[in-house]
Amino acid sequence: MLNIKNLEAKVDNKHILNGLNLDIKPGEVHAIMGPNGSGKSTLANILSGKNGYEIKGEIKYDGQNLSELSTEERAQKGIFLAFQYPLEIPGVNTNVFLRTSLNSVRKARGEKELDTLNFLKLVKEKSSELGINEKFLSRQLNVGFSGGEKKKNEILQMKILQPKLAILDETDSGLDIDALRIVADGVNSYKNKDNAFLIITHYQRLLDYIKPNFIHVLSKGKIVKTGNAELGVELEKTGYANFI
Amino acid sequence: MKTEDLKNIKDYKYGFTTDVENIRSPKGLSEETIRFISNIKKEPSWMLDWRLKAFNRLKVLKEPDWQKPKYPKINYQDLYYYSAPKSASTKPKNLDEIDPKILETYKKLGIPLDEQKRLNGIAVDAVFDSVSVATTFKDELTKKGIIFCSISEAIQKHSDLVKKYLGSVIPLSDHYFATLNSAVFTDGSFVYIPPNTRCPMELSTYFRINASETGQFERTLIIADKGSYVSYLEGCTAPMRDENQLHAANVELVALDDAEIKYSTVQNWYPGDENGVGGIYNFVTKRGACRGKNSKISWTQVETGSAITWKYPSCILQGDNSVGEFYSIAITNNHQKADTGTKMIHIGKNTKSKIISKGISAGKADNMYRGLVEVKNKASNSRNYTQCDSLLMGNKCGAHTIPYIKNNNSTSTIEHEATTTKINEEQLYYCNQRGLDQEEAVSLIVNGFCKEVLQQLPMEFAVEAQKLVAISLEGSVG
Repeated sequence: MLNIKNLEAKVDNKHILNGLNLDIKPGEVHAIMGPNGSGKSTLANILSGKNGYEIKGEIKYDGQNLSELSTEERAQKGIFLAFQYPLEIPGVNTNVFLRTSLNSVRKARGEKELDTLNFLKLVKEKSSELGINEKFLSRQLNVGFSGGEKKKNEILQMKILQPKLAILDETDSGLDIDALRIVADGVNSYKNKDNAFLIITHYQRLLDYIKPNFIHVLSKGKIVKTGNAELGVELEKTGYANFI
Repeated sequence: MKTEDLKNIKDYKYGFTTDVENIRSPKGLSEETIRFISNIKKEPSWMLDWRLKAFNRLKVLKEPDWQKPKYPKINYQDLYYYSAPKSASTKPKNLDEIDPKILETYKKLGIPLDEQKRLNGIAVDAVFDSVSVATTFKDELTKKGIIFCSISEAIQKHSDLVKKYLGSVIPLSDHYFATLNSAVFTDGSFVYIPPNTRCPMELSTYFRINASETGQFERTLIIADKGSYVSYLEGCTAPMRDENQLHAANVELVALDDAEIKYSTVQNWYPGDENGVGGIYNFVTKRGACRGKNSKISWTQVETGSAITWKYPSCILQGDNSVGEFYSIAITNNHQKADTGTKMIHIGKNTKSKIISKGISAGKADNMYRGLVEVKNKASNSRNYTQCDSLLMGNKCGAHTIPYIKNNNSTSTIEHEATTTKINEEQLYYCNQRGLDQEEAVSLIVNGFCKEVLQQLPMEFAVEAQKLVAISLEGSVG
């Protein structure tokens, strides 16, 4: 599904990624861990198409060169990024945003737009799975939301947009134990053999709930170690010192 | 748009002068012109006298120049003050009369250019250049005693009302453009709502400038008698021309005891091209008098067009407990300029006013909020709340806020809040990541920014205005 070869990235002449390689197949969950400043969020931003990076190397998504696709085309083709810091958009109802977003994606996929009634049905179902109160959906997007509410809202968007590749950028940070479990349940219930996850995290605790197939340690813009779920437990004990 | 294209459109338009043959006044501003207008409208002599009085007054007035957007000197002798299609009895139906860009705009807006279909259930007065060409739903309104007609008709048929109220809110000596209008106004709408009557439908005027070298000077007068209510909406468009055209309207509102007038504007005059060539000078005087106790006047404006917009819809809060409101969205793109805001004059006791202004600037445009809140010494326990928000798109545009605040009563309070923000790249990225393209994203964010004002518009027009907001900003980001 995703093949990254020798990816290099620069911002303002500063090297952030230095020859990163990664292959993700359908049905897999990959976790990326690593110290601050190792390039984790940059990777997420580049995959989702954020501007401002000078990029070398090759990224293929479903056989297509990712650099040929705009940010919205990537989203329409099933790449989803759960933001580390979801943006506030004053005056825009969460519901309106969700519906505009879903219909843009549906249109691009050649599907019919959902009418209000069917949309509300869908959103009701998905939000109740995440224990999100309906009132929350008529509030302005992310405005005045708590950290946990923002993160839950990201997972709700994921479940509504039904992406093929979901990238979670530190979705667990700032969550209390209950919220963490709800978010993890949300991911687990969406996971299937056709989609894949790339989970960026600092902590093993999320990986206690979402079992990854692979854990990669990112350091200085490169993957320096790849292991199975056990690696996370080891990192939690010893820190990154042994690997970087 | 290239000059060549402009030329083509112009040529194309001139090809149709036979279809819309015009009757024009003599060129230039003179007593002869004024007599011509008054005569062609078969006005009573008091009306002509009134016009001439204004004309004499005009001779000693100077054109104001304190506004921020400057413009080349207007040669008032080079304009036509009256232009009307010869067959003014039928509404312009031919789509070819409307230039392609505006046609396309309407296509994009999803509004069929069939007035009747579009404005079903809304009474419309259509003003084409200098004359009102049609007023719909007249009979239905007459049954309730409501008068809705062109001002020309009102001058003939309801002269008592016109005599009593015309110039009572905007005196004929008020200022240069208002006085000019008083001398040469050609048409506009007249509304009278009898006591204790709620107008059963939206009343609307659709202004269209068609002829070239012609100024449009319309005059609208709305009177809401005791305990009545009316919601009125005006829409405006003009063809695309490489000349600047002057639109200097006067709008007067009078609300008596317990009456309410809601006045909404969706202004989409031709803004000029990307290089700032052409476009309408929209120099308008709009003023409402809350003359009775417990009366209310609410202005809502969505200003997306015109090369220069220069207007301050105002409320004079004379009656005790009267309420004035001003909700505004002013969008300037490319080389457009706006200097707009409101005046709230608190005279009666316990009067309240609220100002919500949203200015959006893109391209090389300049957007100014200028507003006066004045509490006179007898206006005890009066309150004003003002909120001015500016949104900037790109690095070459400007936003300015100048609030004038005068409080002469120690029991009254005035609050002013202002913010300036730049459209956020991160917000756009977030929207793009959710599948929205750049224009959808801008439209969503800007409409969110304007929400408080858009909510004030009548339902049918809120949707139109939302789309207009999006279209006016097309291509301004990325």
